[in-house]
Amino acid sequence: MGTHSTVYIAGLGVISAIGNNVAEHLDAFKNERAGMAGITLIDTIHKGKLPVAEVKLTNEELVAKSGFTEHNSRTALLSLVAAREAISDANIPGIDNLRVGFVSANTVGGMDKSEDFFVKFLADNSKGKLRDVYDHECGSMTEIVADQLGITDFMTTISTACSSSANAIFYGARLIKSDIVDVVVAGGVDSLTKFTLNGFNTLMILDEAFCKPFDDNRKGLNLGEGAGYVVLVSEKVAATLSKPAYCKLSGCNNSNDAYHQTASSPDGTGSYMAMQGALKKSGLQPADISYINLHGTGTPNNDSAEGTAVKRVFDPHYPPMSSTKSFTGHTLGASGGIEAVFSALAIRHQIIYPNLRFTTRMHELPFEPEAHLLTDKPVKHVMSNSFGFGGNCTSLIFSEA
Amino acid sequence: MKIYIRSSACVSAQNTLAAGNFLDDIVEYTGTRLPVIQPDYKKYIDPKLIRRMSRVIKMGVAAAKECLDQAGIDMPGAIITGTAFGCMEDTVTFLTRIIEYQEELLPPTAFIQSTHNTVAAQIALMLKCHNYNSTFVHKGMSFESALFDAVMLLKEEETDNVLVGGTEEMVDTSFIVLTRLGLYKRSPISNLQLFDEESKGTIGGEGAAFGLLSVNASANNMAELVAVKTLYKPKDVTVSIADFLNANGLAIADIDLVLTGKNGDIKNDDVYKSLKDTLFKDTTTANYKHLCGEYPTSSSFALWLAANMIKRQSIPDVLLQGEQKVQSPKTILYYNHYQGKYHSLMLLSAI
Repeated sequence: MGTHSTVYIAGLGVISAIGNNVAEHLDAFKNERAGMAGITLIDTIHKGKLPVAEVKLTNEELVAKSGFTEHNSRTALLSLVAAREAISDANIPGIDNLRVGFVSANTVGGMDKSEDFFVKFLADNSKGKLRDVYDHECGSMTEIVADQLGITDFMTTISTACSSSANAIFYGARLIKSDIVDVVVAGGVDSLTKFTLNGFNTLMILDEAFCKPFDDNRKGLNLGEGAGYVVLVSEKVAATLSKPAYCKLSGCNNSNDAYHQTASSPDGTGSYMAMQGALKKSGLQPADISYINLHGTGTPNNDSAEGTAVKRVFDPHYPPMSSTKSFTGHTLGASGGIEAVFSALAIRHQIIYPNLRFTTRMHELPFEPEAHLLTDKPVKHVMSNSFGFGGNCTSLIFSEA
Repeated sequence: MKIYIRSSACVSAQNTLAAGNFLDDIVEYTGTRLPVIQPDYKKYIDPKLIRRMSRVIKMGVAAAKECLDQAGIDMPGAIITGTAFGCMEDTVTFLTRIIEYQEELLPPTAFIQSTHNTVAAQIALMLKCHNYNSTFVHKGMSFESALFDAVMLLKEEETDNVLVGGTEEMVDTSFIVLTRLGLYKRSPISNLQLFDEESKGTIGGEGAAFGLLSVNASANNMAELVAVKTLYKPKDVTVSIADFLNANGLAIADIDLVLTGKNGDIKNDDVYKSLKDTLFKDTTTANYKHLCGEYPTSSSFALWLAANMIKRQSIPDVLLQGEQKVQSPKTILYYNHYQGKYHSLMLLSAI
């Protein structure tokens, strides 16, 4: 990754359909409790038909939890809850005297509020509350949260569809290696919106049942929402921590599939290159990987392309792997951040998450995901895959500190 | 390590895309919105694809391809874009259909093309470029974030060249909403008289500009990109600018020209005015937003402009508003702020 210094992960924060903090997520994994259910938060014709993985808190409850006093997008609310948990968990001594950055990702910014605005605006262009559209931009979500966290030294927002927050973490690590900042809160967020729900529905890739990633009978994905952040720190900061870092970020790579705006290439070129590149940068061999947290959306196309790429990289020695989207649904721009948190927790607690509802191995693959929680295998190196529209493919590798 | 701007191409409200043209024929507009001059896209994009593409995708891809052509590079080492609003035309189309069709029988194309990374993705797709590809979407700092990433990649020696650009489209919906939010002037104005009256609001704009950054020295390089810096709510801009120059071994006296982001809005321009009375007192300052309008990634237009001024060793009069002429600009400082929160600095010098 350019220079040779090591970047450590000192804190974690996450909110998704299976929990409002790290501890609740671990509990959900141990009890194999998925987060999908019927739609309750969005007023849509798909209610009662499509399952989604909603965070189990209303906006009012999120306002109370996050301490926001103002009217904000659900995206900003989710982001603040998870980012705050991550910073508090990291508990970095003397953080006020360090250079701190916030690199957050999302795909549709304040779209939940913009949708409300747009209904009235469409009927009459002079109508619609401006405050509902003022923070439409993706960057506004990052800015609002950075202001709450008191982070001013560096901030930016990345949006590369479903690989967005993996790229935010990659970028955050590079900021530390380049000595731009000492600490970066990196990850991403997305809340469920009518826009994305209908968008994915038009592509006919939503499963009407709970999704079955990497299963031969998979029908599509379930949309989810949430936020996940890691606190990345330099070697120097890591040495001052009051508790050991979770792990280090040992390799990252961003490649483009350059095949189609939404579909993955049949041989998974982009995903193959992302995984190979991350391995190379970490100095690891495929056999060193203890667990792969798959992108594993549950769509026929993704899992087939990703599976083919995994085969090309790992054959014949397949590490245990699973898609935690079988718990959280596909949280889009948040998924890379949420799954980075899961990867770090896998190393800390030496656990490998189950791929829920798995029954039938994909006919074209010589391997299958783990169907149940594994607690008896050493977890030293975890690969986390995030692939998105526009061919954006990013793999991250987390290693024992 | 030195980083050079090998080439730069720009689609804007002026005739900027053709390689030989450098603000030779200034276009005047009356109103509060400057639309880009649509180039002949067939030169850059397969006609079958043009039909389905929104304006921002077309102008982004055209500027990127022209930039690569001018650099003589087929396959960039990375593609990085910045956009605050992303693909507004497709976003608005899809939002409208959700409401009008009550969520039924929606065509997917607008949704597919609405993601913020569409321009970078389409460039990669056309070039079959598998290299690093990213999109920054941070308000008035989107292009600067992309540029910062490009510089960092080059310093990491990940690659020896990066295609980096800023894109923004202004659709009717955004124009109406941003007008209601008070960003633009209340009555029509000639863009060429933007700085003549002191009133609230600016004029809206859009555009796409790309640069090819390279670490390889060449007589064909346009300029050196010495440094780029972004600041969020700086306490004292004057101090920040002086620190930036100092960090690059320069003082204000070493700067031949300051290109500023003045946009005609009385409140917005306060800081430029006060700098002109202090730090920039003895330095020629130039402006550009009367040519392309105000938009969050207008800094990409400024980079194209500054690189050209250094390459051609000339400053078009239209930028000067009566400021003292500079014969052969060797070092240009760019300073812009977006709505008072995001401040950015770029430093360019002759190769």
